[in-house]
Formats: sequence, structure tokens, C-alpha cells
Amino acid sequence: MLRYTLTRLLSLAISLIVASVVIFLAIEILPGDPAAFMLGVNAQEDTLNALRDQLGLNGSLWERYASWVGGMLSGDFGTSYTYRTPVAEMIGERLWISLPLALYALALSTLIAFPAGIWAASKRGSAVDVTVMGVTQLGVAIPNFWFAMLMVVVFAINLRWFSAGGFPGWDEGFWISIKSLTLPAIALALPQASILARVMRSALLDTLSEDFVRTARAKGLSRRQALRRHALRNALIPVLTIIGLQFSFLLAGGIIIENVFYLPGLGRLIFQAISARDLIVVESVVMLLVFAVVIVNFAVEIAYALVDPRLRHRR
Amino acid sequence: MSLLKIDNLSLDIRRAAILRDVSLSVDPGQIVGVIGESGSGKSMTAFSVMQLLPEGARCTGAISLSGHDILSLSEAEMCKLRGNDVGMVFQEPMTALNPIRNIGDQVAETILIHEDVPKSEALARARDALNRVELPEDRFPLTRYPHELSGGQRQRVVIAMAIALRPSLLIADEPTTALDVTTQAQILDLLTRLVREDGMGMLMISHDLAVVADMADEIVIMQKGEVVERGPSPEIFGNLQHPYSISLLAASTHAPDRSVQSVDDPLLSVRDVVRTYTLPRKKLFAAPGVVEAVRGVSFDLKRGESLGLVGESGCGKSTLTRAILGLEEVQGGEILFDGDPVFTGHKANRDVRRRMQVVFQDPYGSFNPRHRVDRLVCEPFHLLDEPPKGAARDEAIAEALTSVGLTPEDRFKYIHEFSGGQRQRIAIARALMIKPELIILDEAVSALDVQVRAQILDLLADLSARFGLSYLFISHDLSVVRVITDRCLVMKSGEIVEQGATEQVFANPQHPYTRELIAAAPDLPDTAGAA
Repeated sequence: MLRYTLTRLLSLAISLIVASVVIFLAIEILPGDPAAFMLGVNAQEDTLNALRDQLGLNGSLWERYASWVGGMLSGDFGTSYTYRTPVAEMIGERLWISLPLALYALALSTLIAFPAGIWAASKRGSAVDVTVMGVTQLGVAIPNFWFAMLMVVVFAINLRWFSAGGFPGWDEGFWISIKSLTLPAIALALPQASILARVMRSALLDTLSEDFVRTARAKGLSRRQALRRHALRNALIPVLTIIGLQFSFLLAGGIIIENVFYLPGLGRLIFQAISARDLIVVESVVMLLVFAVVIVNFAVEIAYALVDPRLRHRR
Repeated sequence: MSLLKIDNLSLDIRRAAILRDVSLSVDPGQIVGVIGESGSGKSMTAFSVMQLLPEGARCTGAISLSGHDILSLSEAEMCKLRGNDVGMVFQEPMTALNPIRNIGDQVAETILIHEDVPKSEALARARDALNRVELPEDRFPLTRYPHELSGGQRQRVVIAMAIALRPSLLIADEPTTALDVTTQAQILDLLTRLVREDGMGMLMISHDLAVVADMADEIVIMQKGEVVERGPSPEIFGNLQHPYSISLLAASTHAPDRSVQSVDDPLLSVRDVVRTYTLPRKKLFAAPGVVEAVRGVSFDLKRGESLGLVGESGCGKSTLTRAILGLEEVQGGEILFDGDPVFTGHKANRDVRRRMQVVFQDPYGSFNPRHRVDRLVCEPFHLLDEPPKGAARDEAIAEALTSVGLTPEDRFKYIHEFSGGQRQRIAIARALMIKPELIILDEAVSALDVQVRAQILDLLADLSARFGLSYLFISHDLSVVRVITDRCLVMKSGEIVEQGATEQVFANPQHPYTRELIAAAPDLPDTAGAA
């Protein structure tokens, strides 16, 4: 298990290094000079040069990469070209919305998907199964921004249970903030829960037809006991994979939902930064997201090993 | 009074009749062998007793087990019976255990589910059960996981689970079909011993007459969902009445007519072949370990000869096969086909490769299910520089299919439309397509029912006479090797330990391992076929 963890950690570190190089080079190749963008078309060459110096755009490729990575390691992500504020601060503020939102949505999705998937699989072909399959089909098909707007009309405008958008800030109180994240979280969770429920169902159906489930039944376990004690944990591997992918997506992919609900999250930040050629912000946010994805993958791989002893014993 | 009594049991699954009026009984301490081919309903009879039938199944008749009327019990009552009064052992030990729970937990579960005892006591009793199936604590602690055990050891764990509560009836559904001969003999001994010790009744299901004949007190022969013959063993074998039983017995001892004369001219010659694998490093800077799968093997296969290669799983015979086919490079020695190396410059020699073909064991897994038969049998054409096209291709397909006893029209079908035996014929047709001189048969008849197996053996004998084919016949089944080969090699741990004329090797084995193998192979009683 220790060896397994160490090899995973090593591959995590390598992924991060490769990703940082790719992101850095991609941003280098992109057309668009931030200095020219900031000063406008009529700027003088020497003014531009002075600004480039100030922004640290003039060193060699290697120097700039080293200072970027070195900065990030010490928590200094540089200064935004457009807002002239530290990038770390900007990201920090946004992360405090995006991260809780992603976790909230993931929790909702898992809480809905597990029982639905397990229930459908245990009563394969029944009305329950047909209903779950039908509803999840719809859940996958409905665009989540449309569903979000529908919820705003019903729950914010007509019923007035929730506010239609915006985020008051965590200082205003935990429950108020959670309440304002509820509709966006539901909108994000709906398609994810649908996918996860379907994966849970099919993974469980696969394991339920395995020989060892029959062995368990021959020992005297009821169908329900055999499902809970033998099939469920074996079905978790594909489900964990999907949960890992979904979390990464939720963290970065909430951009449309953030726009629908006027939430100042990471998605909106990166959108604004791209339109403003604020490359240092783009670079940092993308790197942060890569970091999140790699960490989540690592967590998923550790979870695999906890579920499956065969992985634990291999190298 | 009978322990298990099945009376006129009929079973329908979604209106398809599976069993018709099956009656049999098992007394305490008695072993009843149920024999039949796949589809005869023998396994479904067992699952009816357990009431673990597929959805849509409907039983009529009566099953009584220690006084319980099984067919009238509720599912909850059945759960109390399963594992407690009746235990079951399955065919496929590799998948019968939950891969993510250790063996102690899995055996203890049988006890915990039926008795209200603390977990520590259940584990102690699981330990006893594992000791009884000869898995001693020092080598097999409760914390072992299934993937750390061999097939035979896993089957012992399954047996431990089944007998942990000392049930009055044990059902074994083809418990040794997936195992090697020596392991098979050990498992059969173990089951017999447990039955005698505990006074259990046992329902032993098998397609192999010889396996059951050795141990059963009573034999029931089934065909197409009906019992066609029954009687005490071994007496029944001397006096079979029903035509099906007689043909079943004939098929399991069937020896094809072989009239090929081999010439003294080596077609394939294997010289001091060594094949090693590198293991993953155990420590970062330690030298990686090396496994020698094949260690200095030498033999010749003469033109027109049928040569057997016998050995248990893991002995290196599959590795050797891959080397002969030029699929893998060898680390030492040479393999020559008609004087030319099969492997030149890190890849297979095409000129040689097109002169030999292979037929594998699994008639279900060795075809792409999305291709039609014509495309499947034409696969070896990629070895030719100018594969036949158009009419010539159709003609080649028709000829190959006809020569294996199928019709040219079969080429338009998909593989799922064929039975296991027919699929193996198609696999042989595929091998014949490019008119090879040597066909390697890698356990090619091991997955087939005895009657189908007899037909395929006849077909192989006929083809070798017609086309002058040579065979390298790889099998763990000694009875098959004995009837189809002229000479045979016995392989153990990567080495050939004995070779010689087949009849001589079987009649007068020299190496202790060969003797062990022959002793372990189940035999039909001498009275068999006397009638």
C-alpha cells in the first residue's frame, strides 16, 4: 500500500511539472501582447518596453518559467495586468465560492445517484427501474442553464424561497451563503446525478451477475444482503472514476451556471481574464485547475486501492 | 428416508421447457452422480434444489429436503436453508469468490448469516473449516485474498464455505472441470472424504463419466431435461440400456481411426529453447527477477505425425506454443520449421508462419462476434503475399467449410448462430484456409462435450489423412492425447521430463511425474462398455 501510494505521488508530481510546462508554452505561443493591450494602440515603443519590464515579460523563456513556478510555490501568483491586484488574492476570493459550490453539487449528486442507481439495479425491469432510467435520461438531456432558469422562475420569482442570484459572502453567515448556493448547486448536480445514477446501476447489474454473488446467495444471503455485502463494493470502481471526473468538471465547468446566478466564481474569472488578455490570471487559474484535477485523481486512485486489495498488493 | 427427494420435477423458464419429470433421491452418506452434456438440465436440477433459478422460472412437482417441501417455502425460509442444510460448490473457482474480501471473512459469513455468534467465534470456526479442506493456517491465514490463491486452493475455500455449518446435503456442480488432473484428483478425494466423515449426502454433477464413476454410489444420466437412465455405480457401466447412455460411454472412450504414416523427416525441430520473462523489480535498485518458463526444450515433430504435449497449467506449454508460432522471441536455442527459422530479426518469419496454423481452446472467445464467418475464416490470408480474391476466395471458403463438415452457405452467418462444436469446426476451417502443413491444437477439444469431442477428433484424424497434416496436440487431458497422438511429450516446470511413443508412455511411464499424472486421471471402470 505504501509503495502504491508513493508511485502514485511520483506520477502526480510528474503530471504537475508536465502540465506547468505545457500551460506556460501555450500562453507564450498565443498571440496578443498584454502590454500593448493595456496601453492601447497608440502607445510608444519605449513605454511599452517599460511596462513589459515591469510585468516581467522581457526575460528569457527559461527565466520567466522559473520565476512563474517559483512564485506559485511561494504563494505569489503575480499581479493581474488589468486589475493590478495580486492574482493569488483574486483566485482566493473566487475559490471560496467555486469550491463550496462544487462540493455542494457533488454531495447532492452522490446523495441522489447512489440510492437511485442501487434501487433501480435491485429491481431491474420493474416500474422503479423504468422510472429511474427515464428521469435520468431527461436529466442528461436537459441543458443545465435552462433548468437553472426554470428554477429561478419557479423558486425565486414565483415562490420567493430563494434569491434569483448573487452571493452575499461568507461573512453574512453560513446558512445564508449556503442558501444562495442551493439553486446553482441543484442545477449543476442534476446532469451529474443522472449520469452517476446510470453508471451506478449498470456497474451494479454487472457485479450482480458475477459468480461470487451467486456463491453468496448459496451461503444463505438474501438478494438484498448479497447486493449490499458483495456487489456494492465491487461496483464502486467505475463509480469512483466518474465521481473524480465530475468533481474536476464542477470546479471549472460551472461557468454558465455562475453566469446565470451572477456568482463571482472561478469560471467567471477565467472568462473575464481571457476576454481581457489577462494572461497571468489565465495561466494561474488553469494551473490551479490542473492541480485540482491531479489531486482528485490521486484521491480516486487511493480510493481504488482501499476498495480493491488486488491493487494494494501490486507494487 | 431420503435426504433429498425430487419427484417429477418440471421446470419452465419463460415458457421454454428445461426439465421434464425429473425424479431422483439422495440418501444420507450417499453420493449421487448426475451426468449429461451441456443443456441436459443437470445444473438446473441443482439450482432448483437451491431455488436459485433465473428470473421467470417456474417449477412443478415436488422437492423435499430433510422434510422441507422446498417448492412451497418462501424466499426468506429458503435463505435459512441455503448454506445451513445444503451447501453448494461451483464450477469456476476463479470467479466464485469475492475478490475484495479475504477468505476468512467469506467463510465466516456462512456462519454469521445463520447463527447469532460473535465474529471472533465465527472466525475460529472458519479456521476449522479451512483446516478441514487442507488449507493449513501457516500457509493460508484467514487474511489471504482470493487472488493470492491458485484455482485448486480457491475451490477448497469454496468447499470450506459450503461445509462450514456441516450441511446434510452438498451439491457440487462440475467442481473440478476447470482444474488440472492432479488438482482434480485431490479435490475429488477431499469431497469424498468430507462426505464420508460428516455423513452428508452429495449430488455430484459432471459431464465427465470417468470423474463420477470413481466416486459415486449411484449414477443418474440426463439428456434434454429428462432422466434417461439410473443405477448403482460401477455396476451400471457394464449394463447400460438407453441408446443415449451407450453413445455417451462410447464417445468418452472413442478412439478415431488413424491411418497416417509419418515419414522420418523432421518438419518442426525445437532445439534447446529457453524462454525467460523478466519480473517487475521488487525494490527500486534491485536486479529484476527472472522466470524461466521454458528451460532448454528440444524435440522433433515428423512430417505427418501427431505429437502430443502434456502438462499442467503453468508448466510452460502455452509459452512454448507462442514461441513455435513465432509470436515471441526466445532467449536461447532455435526453432526450425522445415529447416528455416520461425523467427528472424526480431519478428516472425512470414514464409514459415504461413505454413502453420493454430486452433485455440475457447470456441466462444476466439472469434470476433461482429464479423461474418466468411471474413473470420479468411483471416489467415494476411499471411499470403497475394491472397485470393473474388471467385477464388469464395471457392477457398466453400472448400474449407465443406471439409470440416459445414456447408458453403454457412459463410453468411455470424458466429453466435453456431454451437460450441460447430465453432470449433469453423476454427479448424480457418486454420485450413491457407493449406498449412502443421496445425497446433492448443487444448482445442477441452471445452467440448464428450460426443462433440469425439466428432472433432474424428474430423482431425480424417483431415490429417486427406491433407497430410501434422499436429502438435497440446492438452492437459490425457485420455484425449492417448487416442489422437503417435508420440507424446510430458512437460513439467518448463522441461520435457519424458517423451516417447504414446502407447509406451501411457503403458510404462518412466518419470515419477508422468506416473503421477496417469494415476490422477479419472478412469472408467473396467466393466464399462462390456455390454
